[in-house]
Amino acid sequence: MITSKDALQAVRAEAQEALASYDCRILVCSGTGCIATGSDKIYEKFVEICKDQPGIALEFAPHDGEKKTGVKKTGCQGVCELGPLVRIQKGDKTVQYTKVQIDDCEEIFKETVQGDGIVDRLLYRQNDTAYVAPDEIPFIAKQTRITLENCGKVDAESLNEYIAAGGFSAFEKALFDMSSDDVVAEIDQSGLRGRGGGGFPAGTKWKQVAAQKEKDRYVVCNGDEGDPGAFMDGSVMEGDPYRLIEGMMIAGYAVSAANGYIYVRAEYPNSVRRLRNAIAELEAVGLLGENILGTGFNFKMHINRGAGAFVCGEGSALTASIEGKRGMPRVKPPRTVEKGLFAKPTVLNNVETYANVPSIVMKGASWYRSIGTEGTPGTKTFSLTGAIQNTGLIEVPMGTTLREIIFDIGGGLKSGGSFKAVQMGGPSGGCLTEEHLDVPLDFDNVKKYGAIVGSGGLVVMDEGTCMVDVAKFFMGFTQRESCGKCGPCRIGTKRMLEILEKITDGNGELSDLDKLEEIGNFVKTRSLCGLGKSAPLPVLSTLKNFKDEYLEHINEHKCKAHVCNAMKTYVIDPEACKGCTKCAKNCPVNAITGEKKGPHEIDTAKCIKCGTCMDNCPFGAISVQ
Amino acid sequence: MLDRTYYDQADEIVKRYGKNERFLIPIMQDIQEVYRYIPGELLTYVAEQIGVTRARAFSVATFYENFSFQPKGKFVIKVCDGTACHVRKSIPVKEEIMKILGLTEENNTTADMLFTIETVSCLGACGLAPTMMVNEDVHPNMTPQKADELIEKLKGGEEA
Repeated sequence: MITSKDALQAVRAEAQEALASYDCRILVCSGTGCIATGSDKIYEKFVEICKDQPGIALEFAPHDGEKKTGVKKTGCQGVCELGPLVRIQKGDKTVQYTKVQIDDCEEIFKETVQGDGIVDRLLYRQNDTAYVAPDEIPFIAKQTRITLENCGKVDAESLNEYIAAGGFSAFEKALFDMSSDDVVAEIDQSGLRGRGGGGFPAGTKWKQVAAQKEKDRYVVCNGDEGDPGAFMDGSVMEGDPYRLIEGMMIAGYAVSAANGYIYVRAEYPNSVRRLRNAIAELEAVGLLGENILGTGFNFKMHINRGAGAFVCGEGSALTASIEGKRGMPRVKPPRTVEKGLFAKPTVLNNVETYANVPSIVMKGASWYRSIGTEGTPGTKTFSLTGAIQNTGLIEVPMGTTLREIIFDIGGGLKSGGSFKAVQMGGPSGGCLTEEHLDVPLDFDNVKKYGAIVGSGGLVVMDEGTCMVDVAKFFMGFTQRESCGKCGPCRIGTKRMLEILEKITDGNGELSDLDKLEEIGNFVKTRSLCGLGKSAPLPVLSTLKNFKDEYLEHINEHKCKAHVCNAMKTYVIDPEACKGCTKCAKNCPVNAITGEKKGPHEIDTAKCIKCGTCMDNCPFGAISVQ
Repeated sequence: MLDRTYYDQADEIVKRYGKNERFLIPIMQDIQEVYRYIPGELLTYVAEQIGVTRARAFSVATFYENFSFQPKGKFVIKVCDGTACHVRKSIPVKEEIMKILGLTEENNTTADMLFTIETVSCLGACGLAPTMMVNEDVHPNMTPQKADELIEKLKGGEEA
């Protein structure tokens, strides 16, 4: 049990000493991405190899005078695409291995753990340079990690490791050296803005909750990261769960709340497991519960799993869902700070926002303000995906440009494709294009150009992406996810989707574009909640930036990205066709005719554009035009 | 009529949380975890137990996409069609699975109760797109061919 300040400090000293007694740590990435590529088996293999070796500790062992080697599961190490990832940490040297297979483990153990060698073929490579240390890899070196500070470095399931890495120092400082008001003031002065999308100042929310007459208050964390293409919050929850909880505990102390709720997406079973484990451990040592550290501060944590409704990312829908109701937004005011969860004053922030709190409390508001831009201090995590060389999780100072993110950190486009656009903010966001590459990204700047930073999904698109299809994709998403409470969103998104389908089916008319814009603006201004208000953005933004593509679909029935099925024309090159008849035999509608050993032809009137012929042609004679 | 064990199971789950309307969702989630769906009769029973109306319980259950009143297969395949997966061609993967299992959007569970196919909007493993999840395991970098092989493996009784 840790029941006082002294006890916490003693545990920290002990944990740090124990950590220092490891002269080698084998860190196996255990983020969702790496587990998917088989990192669990790599972990087990290392455990098996180490089993018969002296001086190996699997659990976090207290210091007993012996030097030890540890095998650990960490959170996301960042370069998800190259998993399973393994780091070998020896003294102040760290080696990052990528794409580690079961058969590589013995060699790694011999070369790098027991010896001082390096398994060259498993190193990270970019432009013919091999990188040994993770911090030298350009993808990681160019980042500034605050919320992801521990991610990939500590065992996500060990409270002692978190404490050894400085965990709960901020909580200790808040509890013993600061009053509740001091904490609120610090957060307020730091300029921390909610990372969930809106960018509302966190300090303002905290102040308002702290000022309520009602004394029964709640701290709620939005971990319902529903935007397709975003996985930053999931990575924090599974990679450094204690940090999120510490942030929420500090918030609880600041606004005098006794209960914290984390609402986690159902699709993140790994996050739920790790958070539950963390809460159980904290309860066991008394860091959660009654009279924490003997100060009289009580705080309990609860986890609610989402049940597959995107709208629950909206504040009032989220609290309704925790209350056991249909997750539908309500009319505001009263706002969440006045009447939130169980109709009590509630601080509602997202995962990344809370994950920033311990560092701000520890290092101070002016330190935080020294990072990022004037209007938006601090960093932002992004999940970088799509047609890009290095996909993965990144954290950069606010104000970093898209060019730096895509070309310096992301390594440019995949297989030499050319940059077309980047979609930011998912179904609530928009597209930025070539001309926006040098805009410093922060909440206010991005908004000016019709996109939003949102929660931080960055999906890079090249010329193989049809922007009309992208707009249709997002509209399909929001239409499905619309809760149906208010008309503008329920009906408007449906009508917009129908028009987009009409256009991609090749039946579009010019007047459709005006209709899209008119309905879009209507939905944007008349909907009840943030989901509806932002639903038309992907369409309005592509209409603005890629009108020529819409026009091409309507006027010329052409989709130059070859994505929209109805616009495709399959043709057989008579020169390349050897007349093997394979295409004709495979065609489900008998649209292909020709003499054996003579060139074949496709009857475009009959063709249903399924692509079977092209997939089956042994000579590559069939192409799409 | 469900047999007694269902009600005992429900009692146990209700006990785990307490008889309060705010536990309706976690209770339903746990029931679904056991039976892979929520038997309608059992939800009626749970509603009585925790003191909400039957109408209320069903209105909540039908609101959330994850709850099903239809039994699901042993392997629930969730094909991700999030943005990253979509631009990296997730739809052909889904179509392939539906083709080989003979499933449609309306009829998404195989007659032998082995497979259910669903589409989800993001599994959070975008770096490995396109992805899909079988029960709780994420499968990375899917192609129609890899999906074929996986289905065969699952049919052969191997674990996902």
